Amino acid sequence: MSTLEINDLRKSFGAVEVLKNINLSARSGEFVALVGPSGCGKSTLLSMIAGLESVSSGEIRIDGHLVNDEAPKDRDIAMVFQSYALYPTMSVRQNMTFGMECRGIAKSEQEREIQRVATMLQITPLLDRKPGQLSGGQRQRVAMGRALVRDPKMFLFDEPLSNLDAKLRIEMRSEIKKLHQNVGKTTIYVTHDQIEAMTLATRIAVMNKGVLQQYDTPDEIYRRPANMFVAGFMGSPTMNFLNATVVQGRMLRLEGAEGVLLPLPENAEVADGRSVVLGVRPEHFSPLVARRSVRKGLKSVPIRAFIEMLEPTGAETILMGRVAGQQVVLTCEPDEAPTENVEAEFEIDMDRVCLFDPDTQVRL
Amino acid sequence: MADMTQRTEFDPLATGGKGRQRRARLTVYGLLGLFAAIYLMPAVIIFLNTLRPLEEIVRQGFISWPGSMSLHHWSEAWSSFCIGGTCEGVSRYFTNSLLMAVPATALSTALGLVNGYVLSKWRFRGDAWVFGVITLGVFLPAQMTLLPWAFVLGKLGLSNTISGLVLVHTVQGVSFTTLFCRNYFLNVPDDLIKAARIDGAGFWRIFRRIILPLSPPILIVTVIWQFTGIWNEFLFGTVFTSGANQPITSAIVAFSGSGTGERHYNVEAASVIMAALPPLFIYLVGGKYFVRGLTQGAVK
Repeated sequence: MSTLEINDLRKSFGAVEVLKNINLSARSGEFVALVGPSGCGKSTLLSMIAGLESVSSGEIRIDGHLVNDEAPKDRDIAMVFQSYALYPTMSVRQNMTFGMECRGIAKSEQEREIQRVATMLQITPLLDRKPGQLSGGQRQRVAMGRALVRDPKMFLFDEPLSNLDAKLRIEMRSEIKKLHQNVGKTTIYVTHDQIEAMTLATRIAVMNKGVLQQYDTPDEIYRRPANMFVAGFMGSPTMNFLNATVVQGRMLRLEGAEGVLLPLPENAEVADGRSVVLGVRPEHFSPLVARRSVRKGLKSVPIRAFIEMLEPTGAETILMGRVAGQQVVLTCEPDEAPTENVEAEFEIDMDRVCLFDPDTQVRL
Repeated sequence: MADMTQRTEFDPLATGGKGRQRRARLTVYGLLGLFAAIYLMPAVIIFLNTLRPLEEIVRQGFISWPGSMSLHHWSEAWSSFCIGGTCEGVSRYFTNSLLMAVPATALSTALGLVNGYVLSKWRFRGDAWVFGVITLGVFLPAQMTLLPWAFVLGKLGLSNTISGLVLVHTVQGVSFTTLFCRNYFLNVPDDLIKAARIDGAGFWRIFRRIILPLSPPILIVTVIWQFTGIWNEFLFGTVFTSGANQPITSAIVAFSGSGTGERHYNVEAASVIMAALPPLFIYLVGGKYFVRGLTQGAVK
């Protein structure tokens, strides 16, 4: 059991600052997902926690102990790489014992650990094979096994599922979650896939361009994104951003030829005449005929949308259309979907919408 | 690294109509046969001459089918033929060459492996510069280094010794071996090194347990390259050694140099083939890996 604290961490490569003032802490046993688009610095941050990249300034503490200048092997961490990084010339067994061998652990102890972990991950029949003889999913398992045998303080995962096909990725995702529930080790998990972050993490750190945008629970990140970047990055299809102006004290007028009027969400403190961005997630639209707000007792407002295209996915149908001339994407149940090129009536769950400042992009 | 999928070779000669296929095959095999003959002919002629009696060669000329054959000239060339005043055959010089080529090959390959490992996996400030200077040796003509080497060997007291030649060939060879090994190790994923460092392995353990087991293809390339290069090398051997300390390539030049008595073409031919056998043997054993290693990573 161990904690991680990162204070005012910065990293520069020459004149390029790739991490700017990162502050982050993980409680013992927590599963933290670092998520963001490629180039946001999440992998660099993980490498710095592992000790594979030097720290430009700031501090990294594991269990309160400053590790800035400690070698990777002295940090007592284990890492699973995107490429798995299994040693190609060693058998699965040798891959798993290599770390223990380097640390001078007795052969009998090594054997006991191998048996324990191999049983847990169901890789006992693979122990004498070479990595080249394994399938993608099996390699993934072995990579996790190699991390598990040493019983380290902390697990670091660097996009471990991105080399797997879609079906296997979902299977392994739940295995990782199950594993974390069983082992309960502090885990830092880097991914660019917001669904992985949402499903696995106890807390998510959303990063963009080297800046930590928001660090909170998945639910909080989804419901109350700190800014338009977080709102747009988390959730699929992505959140709709509608330009609007505050009028008549408590009303929002959507920009566009038709000038649709909506009531301002409650507890929104915005001045009359101010420009805002209204953020509505696709699933917070629903066809008026489905009467979802009545069934669920939600506060909603009706709105007309012109539907231009349908994308059925099976479980839900994605609708592309326009509200007050502005592009929107909404989702609904397949049997409630309108047809293409019609104007249909929807309602918006006003409790779930967000308002953003168009200049700073911060949520109001 | 290892790929389990079985690939079937694409055969471009098996496409198109029957007539085109036949014409294509005839052209390809015809041209290949012609060039193979051009390269094999001299070897065949020299070999046949080792079997012919001297007076037959003198009478019928060099290019002719042997009337009578004998292996006698081989044993004479090996142990009793007189070269440059001593009559011990080429065996002594053959041994000299082995004593020079084997240690020099081993040392230059070992240094190249370590250099390549450092320059590809343990990057440091100025590493590109260091690599550039080392590989400069590949492009420097050997003649340019003659005088500096003569000076160094003289200072070290290694003039006219096999050890001196080992030193020269090791240092000269490091440029090539470093270039080969460094480029080969660039294809070894850095993640392996990172994983090993997290596992707690240090510089030498990573080299021994991860890098070396991945090295056989490039090891074979450098060994073949170095061994054939050093064995066949003539300039340094001739300049820095004389008499009984010469490698075989320098020694057999004495045939043309002596010029006094009658020329024993058959014994000389046998000596020349003996001098060519070790590189040939190395290539026959490792040639398959050599070609594979040279092209590895070129096409993924």
